[in-house]
Amino acid sequence: MTLFLAALVLWMAAWWLNTRIAGSSLASSYVGRTAVPVVFGLSVLAIWELVVRGLDVPQVILPAPTVIAETFASETGTLWIDFRQTALKGAISGYVIGCLAAFAVALAIDRSTFLRHGLLPIGGFVAALPIVGTAPILVNWFGFDWQSKAAVVVVMVFFPILVNTVQGLADTAAMQRDLMRTYSASYWQTLLKLRLPAAMPFVFNGLKIATTLALIGAIVAEYFGSPTRGMGFRISTSVGTLELAMVWSEIAVAALAGTLFYGAVTLVERWVTFWHPSQR
Amino acid sequence: MSQAAAIEAKNLDLTFETGDGSIQALQDVTLEIGKGEFVSFIGPSGCGKTTFLRVVAGLETPTGGEVRVNGTSPDEARRDRAYGYVFQEAGLYPWRTIAGNVRLPLEIMGYSKSEMADRVNRVLELVELSGFENKHPWQLSGGMQQRASIARALAFDADILLMDEPFGALDEIVRDHLNEQLLGLWDHTGKTIGFVTHSIPEAVYLSTRIVVMSPRPGRITDIIDNPLPRKRPLDIRDTPEFLEVAQRIRKGLRAGQSYGD
Ligand SMILES: Nc1ncnc2c1ncn2[C@@H]1O[C@H](COP(=O)(O)OP(=O)(O)OP(=O)(O)O)[C@@H](O)[C@H]1O
Ligand SMILES: [Mg+2]
Repeated sequence: MTLFLAALVLWMAAWWLNTRIAGSSLASSYVGRTAVPVVFGLSVLAIWELVVRGLDVPQVILPAPTVIAETFASETGTLWIDFRQTALKGAISGYVIGCLAAFAVALAIDRSTFLRHGLLPIGGFVAALPIVGTAPILVNWFGFDWQSKAAVVVVMVFFPILVNTVQGLADTAAMQRDLMRTYSASYWQTLLKLRLPAAMPFVFNGLKIATTLALIGAIVAEYFGSPTRGMGFRISTSVGTLELAMVWSEIAVAALAGTLFYGAVTLVERWVTFWHPSQR
Repeated sequence: MSQAAAIEAKNLDLTFETGDGSIQALQDVTLEIGKGEFVSFIGPSGCGKTTFLRVVAGLETPTGGEVRVNGTSPDEARRDRAYGYVFQEAGLYPWRTIAGNVRLPLEIMGYSKSEMADRVNRVLELVELSGFENKHPWQLSGGMQQRASIARALAFDADILLMDEPFGALDEIVRDHLNEQLLGLWDHTGKTIGFVTHSIPEAVYLSTRIVVMSPRPGRITDIIDNPLPRKRPLDIRDTPEFLEVAQRIRKGLRAGQSYGD
C-alpha cells in the first residue's frame, strides 16, 4: 500500500514540475520543450512500476517496467533477429516497393483518363480488403519468409500513396499552369517543374501514413505463417507461453522502430517541402 | 519602325458561361496593334482587360471573331515563344529561389547554363533585385515579388510583352522608376507591348496609343493616339500636351460609365 501511495505522491510531484516548466521562461527553449515529455514519460514508467509492485499485479496481466527492461537486455540477440526479419526485410522492402509502385501508377493515371476511371476504384477496392483476408492468401502465394510480409505491406501502403499523389498532382493554381502554357511547356516539363514539386506536401502525407501501416502490416502478417523468427511470430508464441515480458519487449521495439521510421520520413519531408507554409 | 500588325483582333466576342447565367466579357472588340507599338488598356474593373490579354495569349478562346498574332493563330505564336506575360498577381513558384523563378522560362526554352546565368543577372539588375537571387518568394515583399515576375517575363526575348497591371502593387517611387525602365527597354528593343493599367498618368506616360474600355459588356469606347514624342523624361507629365491626353482619357472613362448605367 505504501508503494501505491508513493505512486500518488510521485504523480503529483511530476505534475507540479511540468506545470512549473511550462510556466517558466524555459517553456519556449529547446531544453524546456524536451524536458516536459521526458518528465512525463519517466513518471508514467515510475508510477507503472510502483503500482504493479504495490498492488502485486500478476506478471501475466502486466509485468513491471524493470522486468521488461531486464528481459529486453538479456534477449537483445533475439530481438535484433526479429527486428531484422520483420522491420528491415518485411516492412521496409514492402514500403519501398509499394511507394514506388503507387507513385508510378499515380503518374500513369494522371496521363490517361481511362486509367483514372479504371484503376482508382480498383485501388479503393483493394484498400478496403481486410488484412486478415489478404495476408493468408499472400502467404500462400509468396511463402512463409519475408517476401509474403513485404507483399502484405505493398497492398497496405499502395492506396494511401496513390490517392495522395493523384490529389497532389492536381493541386496547382490556374495561374501557375497558365504561366507554363505561355512558355509553351511540354507535358513533361510542366510535370517536372510545376506539378511534382507542388504535389510533394501531399505525397509526404501519404508517405507518413504508410510508415505506420507498413510496420503493422509486417507484424500482423506473421500471424498467418512465418519462419521461427520475426516480431509478430515472437509475440504470438510468447503470449502462448505466458512470457509477457517478451511480448512487451517486442512492443517496445515496434514502438521505437515506428517512431524512428516516422521521424526519418518527417525529416526528409522538411527538407523537400521547406517552402510550404506548414514548414517554414 | 515597321508597322506590320503584331496583333489583330477582329469583332472579338467572348461570353463566359457560368453556373448562374452568362457574362459577356468582350463584345465586338476590333483592334490592330502594329509591331513596336506600346498600347495601354484602361477601364473600370471587370471591363475585360485581362480577358483581352488572355485571348491574345491564347489562354482563352473567343466565342466569336478572330485574333491573329504575327499573322498566325495565338496558339502558333505561343509555340514560337512570341509572348512574355506578366500576370496580375506575381505567381512565383515558392520552391524556387528568385533567381530560380526567373530562370524557369529559360530552362524550358533550353538556353545554355552560362546564357541563363547572364540573363538572370541582367534582368534582376534591371528590376533592382540584385542581391536577392537566393531568397525565396515568401521572404520578399509583394512589390518585390511583382518585380521578380516582371524580370521573369523579360528574361527571354519575346517580341510581344503582355503586362496585366504589373505595377499595381508598387509604391509611387518604384513605379516611376520602373516606368522609366520599361520605356527605355521598349525604346531600344522595339518590343510590342500590351499594358493594362488603372492609372491614367501611367497610360499617358508609357503608350503610343491608349485603348479606353467600359464594362457590361466589355467593349472599346475610345482609342487615343498619343502625340508625345518617343523619348519622354519623367517631367513630361507636367506639360500641357500630357494633361490634354489625360483629360481625354478621363472623359472617355466617364462616357463609358454613363453609357453602362
Ligand atoms: N474564367 C471566368 N469565368 C467566368 N467569368 C469570368 C472569367 N474570367 C473573367 N470573367 C468575367 O469577365 C469579366 C471581365 O473580367 P476581366 O478579368 O477581364 O476584367 P478586368 O478588366 O481585367 O478587371 P480588373 O481591372 O478588375 O482586373 C468580369 O465580369 C468577370 O467576372
Ligand atoms: Mg484584370
